[in-house]
Amino acid sequence: MQLTDLTMLELAAKLAERAVSSEEATRACLERIRQVDPQVRAFLRVDEEGALAAARASDARRKAGSPASALDGVPLGLKDIFLTEGVETTAGSRILEGFVPPFDATVVRLLKNAGLPLVGKLNMDEFAMGSSNESSAYFPTHNPWDLSRTPGGSSGGSSAAVAAREVFGALGTDTGGSIRQPAAFTNTVGLKPTYGRVSRFGVIAYASSLDQPGPMTRTVGDAAALLQLIARHDPQDATSAAVEAQDYSADLEAGVRGLKLGVPREYFTEGMDPEVEVSIRETLREYERLGATLVDVSLPHTKYALATYYLIASSEASSNLARYDGIRYGLRAKDARGLKELYAQTREKGFGPEVKRRIMLGTYALSAGYYDAYYLRAQKVRTLIREDFTKAFQQVDAVLSPTSPVPAFKLGEKLDDPLSMYLMDVFTLPCNLAGLPGLAVPCGFTKAGLPVGLQILGRPFDEARLLRIARALEREHDFFLRPAPLQG
Amino acid sequence: MPVSDFQPVIGLEVHAQLLTQSKIFCGCSTAFGAEPNRNTCPVCLGMPGVLPVLNQRVVEFAVRTGLALECTVKKTSVWSRKNYFYPDLPKGYQITQYDLPICEHGRLVIDTPQGEKVIRVRRIHMEEDAGKNVHDADVGQSLVDLNRAGVPLLEIVSEPDLRDADEAVEYLKVMRDVLVYLGVNDGNLEEGSFRCDANVSVMPKGSSTYGQRCELKNLNSFRFLKQAIEYEISRQVDVIESGGKVDQETRLWDVNKGVTRSMRSKEEAHDYRYFPEPDLPPLHVSDAAIDAAAKALPELPRAKLTRFMSQYGLPAYDARILVAERPLADFFEACAAHYADAKKLSNWFLGELMRLLKEEGTPLSSVRFTPVQLAELLGAVDKGTVSANAGKDVLGEMFRTGKAPADIIAEKGLAQVSDTGAIEAVVDDILAKNAGEVEKYRAGKKQVFGFFVGQVMRAMKGKGNPALVNDLLKKKLGD
Repeated sequence: MQLTDLTMLELAAKLAERAVSSEEATRACLERIRQVDPQVRAFLRVDEEGALAAARASDARRKAGSPASALDGVPLGLKDIFLTEGVETTAGSRILEGFVPPFDATVVRLLKNAGLPLVGKLNMDEFAMGSSNESSAYFPTHNPWDLSRTPGGSSGGSSAAVAAREVFGALGTDTGGSIRQPAAFTNTVGLKPTYGRVSRFGVIAYASSLDQPGPMTRTVGDAAALLQLIARHDPQDATSAAVEAQDYSADLEAGVRGLKLGVPREYFTEGMDPEVEVSIRETLREYERLGATLVDVSLPHTKYALATYYLIASSEASSNLARYDGIRYGLRAKDARGLKELYAQTREKGFGPEVKRRIMLGTYALSAGYYDAYYLRAQKVRTLIREDFTKAFQQVDAVLSPTSPVPAFKLGEKLDDPLSMYLMDVFTLPCNLAGLPGLAVPCGFTKAGLPVGLQILGRPFDEARLLRIARALEREHDFFLRPAPLQG
Repeated sequence: MPVSDFQPVIGLEVHAQLLTQSKIFCGCSTAFGAEPNRNTCPVCLGMPGVLPVLNQRVVEFAVRTGLALECTVKKTSVWSRKNYFYPDLPKGYQITQYDLPICEHGRLVIDTPQGEKVIRVRRIHMEEDAGKNVHDADVGQSLVDLNRAGVPLLEIVSEPDLRDADEAVEYLKVMRDVLVYLGVNDGNLEEGSFRCDANVSVMPKGSSTYGQRCELKNLNSFRFLKQAIEYEISRQVDVIESGGKVDQETRLWDVNKGVTRSMRSKEEAHDYRYFPEPDLPPLHVSDAAIDAAAKALPELPRAKLTRFMSQYGLPAYDARILVAERPLADFFEACAAHYADAKKLSNWFLGELMRLLKEEGTPLSSVRFTPVQLAELLGAVDKGTVSANAGKDVLGEMFRTGKAPADIIAEKGLAQVSDTGAIEAVVDDILAKNAGEVEKYRAGKKQVFGFFVGQVMRAMKGKGNPALVNDLLKKKLGD
């Protein structure tokens, strides 16, 4: 068994008893990256020097008997949407090429303070817009379970790196499912916390009212431990919740006996891959066997979620991306004559087609004369969607559904059909619209050996319960330990 | 139709920079005049990933202003983004308040030749300022200074209740005095921390429908405001008279040419695509905060003026000058608490004190003497311990050193001589030395009396009690 096969908590235990050093673990990651990343292509940038320095500092703390946290010394990867002081950060876009942030995102600072070596920056769909990693301006990432397929998006680099065991865990962001869908595609655990649970300061904005960073790991326990480090109020983020973090590992093994789990009618409709449906239905029965009660619930406005999401997310994005104008940092068009040309040429060169599509859509939806019909209407529907969940959670403790209607699809398969790509998020994005926590956990494989993920949605700030529900399933199976079939 | 057949309709949008130490959404300094881009950080530079955090002081100032202008302070208001591209706007949008501002429906009373007039205030909202572009023709480059980006502003929008340029100027002056009184703005038009836009239209007299309006941008002096409005009124009248139609547009006042000229037409107007700012939650102001601000509200210039006239029996002229600046009014009241003759006190304020402040170029805050000391000095003048003239010198010394008036009088030997014997000796001496003048006086040339007074006073170095000098001279001259 290789060092990189350990979970975060297993490695943490070995570091604590000083059976291995953080430097060894970090070197193991770097070596694994050298072996498999040419096929997976999860990393945009590897910060070997920075990671090793942090690992050595961690080892010194261990030696002195004063570790900075439970995960001190565990190497981690970061989606390239998190600002990292002194390390280029591009959000997968040409327009930010060469941008080296002068400060760390709050979560990055928290992780550094907790002693975790940060191995590098992971590929992503440009500005987190996409469901397959193919809209990265640099290259697509490949799914370690089938290199001809996508690892999901937009945190596909993170999910692939974790699944390929290049890092022990990673941080992603989730605006409409960008943590959960790639987790489902790669047999990993992805948690989108409640909106406001984890600081967005220093996270490059896509859609401010929906974005939320969260952990991507190989096990539920790892997700709980990682969330523990980053879930806290941040005075630098006015939307950060002033709510105390729970102990996310305390009730992990408490099981599901007596819990009421909702099965939303609207999430089990046509269009779902039959193998995904079978896998999810079996999982639901398994929860019943474990002592939970399944309750049929209705989320009647689900059918409007996709349209609502694309209006709101695109509107906010059109505004959030206005700052990339070629004036202060990143790409600037050469030879532009005059201000308008500078703007137009910089943005023409700097943004990819998906980003342009959403900026155009958002600009249109916010423009005078269309605002009421689109943006405002979408906000009203958003309220209805939120109310659907509020009602459902009066009856049940959590809601279960597939994470994605299909398993990982082929790279290039949906590139020419943005609308069918958007449909990949149909189960994940209502959760973002409602600001709720959502978790994707492995629940089986298709016959072709592609992972299937269950989605668990919960009440605001009820992450601990979601983890506990996910852990109950994980405990019954060993497939979460199964390595992706990669030739090292 | 001549201009007099038209009724102008004017509304003002006042932009006041708030006197906070730091910017509205970050901790950067708001100090004026720093080296370009010195007062900036990732937040006000609009770096990727940064988020705004509201400076609560800005809210306090907005609430204070709203209460002073008799507005309804909204317990919930909403931040919005105003989207447009310009190099001095780092985020590509300005954070402002749009359809749900913090204050609404207020009023401001102004004086017009026809008497008091109430000008309604439509709304007050908070927003961040943009930076500025500097066009350097020498190097053929445009440079951006973002020191001002994120500086907090209040925008105070009036209803179109003003009817001529003079009313507009009066409104702006009264508004300025109120804001300065509240301590929320420095009233400095030159540095642009207090400026306004004017919406101007004209309609035939007697009409009930307003004409098409034009917006005059960035008027940074009372004079320009008056000139620009007057020019714009006659321009619009000319357009209508010659059968044309006034276009809705934004116009600039050309200081050099004395005309307004078009900046952009309605067709070119921006679509700002306002929407609620998702990085800032709706702003809640508690009843307790509003109550506390109401309790702490200072007396405003207009109320103070009325009170000064009734309480101290001062003429309007005096009261206006004393009330114009809050520190002066406060200092006057502190002195009046120790000295009963308010009119005499006011004379000293308007005369000697104002002169000293102007000559020394010091603000009132650095005056060294205390109100009690000034009262002591005036008491000494009343009692004849020191002459009024010498008292002025004593005040000058108090102003610079803060020494007690009694000490200064003693040190400089300024005490007035009221000893009849001593004065009589001098009077005798002067009369003896000027026998010719005495003859003239006695022959009926009574004007010479002043000459004798002057001679005696000079001989006594100004310290002779003038009343006694007068009496003795008259007695000796045989009146």
